[in-house]
This record gives sequence, structure tokens and C-alpha cells, in this order.
Amino acid sequence: MKKVYLDNTATTPVLPEVRYEMLPFLTESFGNPSCLHEWGDIPRDAMKKAREQIAGLIGANPEEIIFTSSGTESNNMAVKGLAMAQQKKGKHVVVSAIEHFSVLNSAKTLEKMGFEFSMVPVDKYGVVNPEDVRKAIRDDTILVSIMHANGEVGTIEPIKEIAQTTKEKGVLFHTDAVATTGNIPVNVKELGVDALSLAGNMFYGPKGAAALWIKKGTRILPLLDGGIQEGGRRAGTENVAGIVGMGKAAEMARVEMPARMDKLTKVRDYLITELPAKISHVIVTGHSQNRLPGHASFCVEFIEGESMLMLLNAKGVGVTSGSACTSRALQASHVLLAMGLPHEIAQGSLLFGLGIDNTKEDIDYVLEVLPPIVERLRQMSPLYSKFIKQNKGG
Amino acid sequence: MPIYSEKVMDHFTNPRNVGEIENADGIGEVGNPVCGDMMTFYIKVKDNRLEDVKYKTFGCGAAIAVSSMVSELAKGKTLEEAMTITPKSVAEELQGLPQNKFHCSNLGAQALHKAIEDYQSKQKVGGQVNG
Repeated sequence: MKKVYLDNTATTPVLPEVRYEMLPFLTESFGNPSCLHEWGDIPRDAMKKAREQIAGLIGANPEEIIFTSSGTESNNMAVKGLAMAQQKKGKHVVVSAIEHFSVLNSAKTLEKMGFEFSMVPVDKYGVVNPEDVRKAIRDDTILVSIMHANGEVGTIEPIKEIAQTTKEKGVLFHTDAVATTGNIPVNVKELGVDALSLAGNMFYGPKGAAALWIKKGTRILPLLDGGIQEGGRRAGTENVAGIVGMGKAAEMARVEMPARMDKLTKVRDYLITELPAKISHVIVTGHSQNRLPGHASFCVEFIEGESMLMLLNAKGVGVTSGSACTSRALQASHVLLAMGLPHEIAQGSLLFGLGIDNTKEDIDYVLEVLPPIVERLRQMSPLYSKFIKQNKGG
Repeated sequence: MPIYSEKVMDHFTNPRNVGEIENADGIGEVGNPVCGDMMTFYIKVKDNRLEDVKYKTFGCGAAIAVSSMVSELAKGKTLEEAMTITPKSVAEELQGLPQNKFHCSNLGAQALHKAIEDYQSKQKVGGQVNG
């Protein structure tokens, strides 16, 4: 059976070149980079190179990069660590309603520790209005955390504009750039932020390797106390193989980015145009222009996302959904609800994360197998039969 | 391991008795799109037995499999027998459901019972009119 992986927002595969670079650090170059003997020298040098590669991808200085274990850890460290280091100045944090749970729940943890947070809304395309951020900033605000792009609807946020406000107000600005780094140009100086999260498995590196960039001179309280790894800001023996792999993936992403973006955008636009043409009552979610190159998301009306996902899986197609039934917490996507979509529409969420290997033929296969699945589920949907009866009546 | 048992996948991919019954003797509707699942059961009753059971379901794979299994278990049973079908027995017949799906998706028995109660309340009203 044909297999088509279209869930690259969950994770990308590891490129063969990346795996090749990693292997020595899982075999003969096993040493601990903190050690002063030659077993330590090799991984230490490899980490230095990876730090330069990551810094090169985002226009940063290598010494500003802190390696972490995941985008989630980077976001936790940024939100909690920056807020706690600034708490003498104030105890108020601003986030958007569509942040990843690693940011939202970090803000909630801060709340339990005596901080307050405000949540700025988004419009129906998932865009944060910089003016809303300006209004949310108070005298005691110390940190704003707004994502660079949302992984569920692909919308890219106006980070530069928001950074103008935070600079003016003297408030730190962190951006969760996990969905964007390695996929579209990300330059910390151009964005004007103070901290930025990224994750290797979003750009063909391995899982378990990620980073937080913090502008030089910015104080942060570590989440993990221990040794002096990462300049004392993130203790723990380093995931050398993962970090090396992420470094290689970063270098490849930097070099190949224009070609990748061009290819992905074409295949994505084909899917976004053709799917609603093949299936009636489909809503494209997210922004039409300010959108991640490989990202296409929809809500298929009258049916539920998990059942579509499972039937697509039976046809060899891997996608995801923001429906309540798909989430382990059994709650519909907070992103789609924040964009004003009603629950019954949000339940029909279907999300395609295209990868650099996907072709137009892959999309043609989806366009062949999905319409009968939708038709079959609609034929058994009470919402669809109600809709048909109402239309006949009207 | 896939999240669903083979039996769930079988009933989900080949659901039995899908549809509506014209002039059904009883209709039972449960759930709402907020929680994710909605089911409407239709029954035809003859001589105190469920002559036909059909349903329409909006929901996940588990919800669809549950509806299918309930329809299969209920068909041909007396009303009293059908009232003894429980979420637990449905889940057992399906070789288990994922733990987090047990409550939200396992609404089939409730929808069937509602349809039977709907039939019984119509009978009472009908009886009074006739009497």
C-alpha cells in the first residue's frame, strides 16, 4: 500500500545526512563533553560546531544558545525562567490565546506562584493584533511570549511589530519559534526578540535536541540546577548525538531553505486549492498569505476529525486533527476555538504538515482517498442529515 | 500498538445497521458536538421485540464502533433484554475501549435506552387517547 506521511508538524523524519553525523557519538565518540581527556575533547568540539550551526541558522552568537531537550523545555525555561529572574520589576506576563501548552501551562504555573498573566486574543485567521499586546502590557509587565507561527493553523504572527511595542515599553519578549525555525527565515535581530525557542525535530533533526536562544545580558533563572553545562543555565550531561544531529540539520536547512520553501509552497497551495474543490463544506483554517510553507489545515463540516484520521491511516495516509476525540484530554483545539470556530466545526479539524519529500502525487493520492471517506462518514452523521433536511425544507 | 482493538476497527470500518428508520417507533438522541460525539438511535418494535435498530453517529472511531455494536446486540431482543445492555457490556463485546474513550464515546446503550423509553412513552399517550 502507498504510504504518505503528512504529519511533519508533529515531527519531521531524520535526514540520512543527519543520522550519519550522529552515529559516531552513539558509538566510539561516546565521551562526556565536560571531561578534560581526549574522550571529552571530541564531543566538546562537536558541540561547539553544532552551537555555531544553530546560531548561524537564526543570526545569533553561538554563546547565546542554550541546548535543551525539547521545544517544550525551551518554552518552559523561557517563560518561567525569564519571569522569575525579573520578578523584582513586576509579576505580570502576557501570552496569546493560541500558544502551545508548554507556554500556556507555564503561565498557569507562574500564576500559582503569585504571578498574573493576560491572554491576548486572535482574529479568525489566528493572527495576534500588536495593538492588543500593547493594551495588555501594564506597568508591572515583565514578559511577553507570543509564538512566531502556530503549528495547528500555520499562521505566522507579526513578531517584528510586537517587538517594537515591547522595546518601547521595556518588556522582555520571548517567541516560540519551534514551528518556524528551519522552515522559514528566522533572524533574532530582525525579529527584535529577547528569547527564542526552537526544536531540531521540526527541521529534520532528531527528537530530544532543542535550544533556547537568549540575548546576551538577559538574566534567566535555570530550570535545572546542577553542573555548569550550558554556562550554568541548563545543567545535565548533554545529549551530544542529538545536538550534533540538530546542528547538521540546521546547516542543511539554512542552505536548502529557499528551494525547500518553494517546493513546499507549491504542493501546499495545490492541496489548499484542490481539497475544497473536491469536497463540499470544507473551511480552510489559518491565514491565506502569512502561512507556513508546508502547512494546510481544514475543517470538514458535519463529521469528526479522529474518524477521518483513522480511515486515512487505513489508506496509508498519516495526518492529525485538533478534534476533541483526537486529543488525549478530549478537548477541542484551543486554537480553533480562540479563532471563533464553533465546537461542531472544530471537531472536523484535519491538519496536513507537508514535508520536503512530499510530491504533488502524494496530494493526488489524498484527494483520491479522502472524498469517499468524508462521504461515508457524512452518510452516517446526524448533523449532516439534519443539514440536508433543513436545506430541502428551505 | 494501535489504540483500537481489532473488533473496534472492524465495527468502525464496516459499521452495521447504519441509517434512519422512516416512521420509527422510538428515537433516542444523546451527546453533543462539544464533547465530540452525538448519536441518534431509531427503533422499530413488533410484539415487544426490536424488529429493527438503526442509528446515525457523529464522532470518533470508538463512537461509531459502539453504535454499530449496540445495534447488533439489540436487534431481535425484547425491550426488557435490550434495557440490560450497558456501556460496560458493549465495551467488553468490542474487546475493550481506550480508557479515555470509555465514557465520552460509549453512549450507544444510553441512546438505545432513550429510544425505547421514547417508544414506551408514546405507547402510554397512545393508550390514553385510545382509551
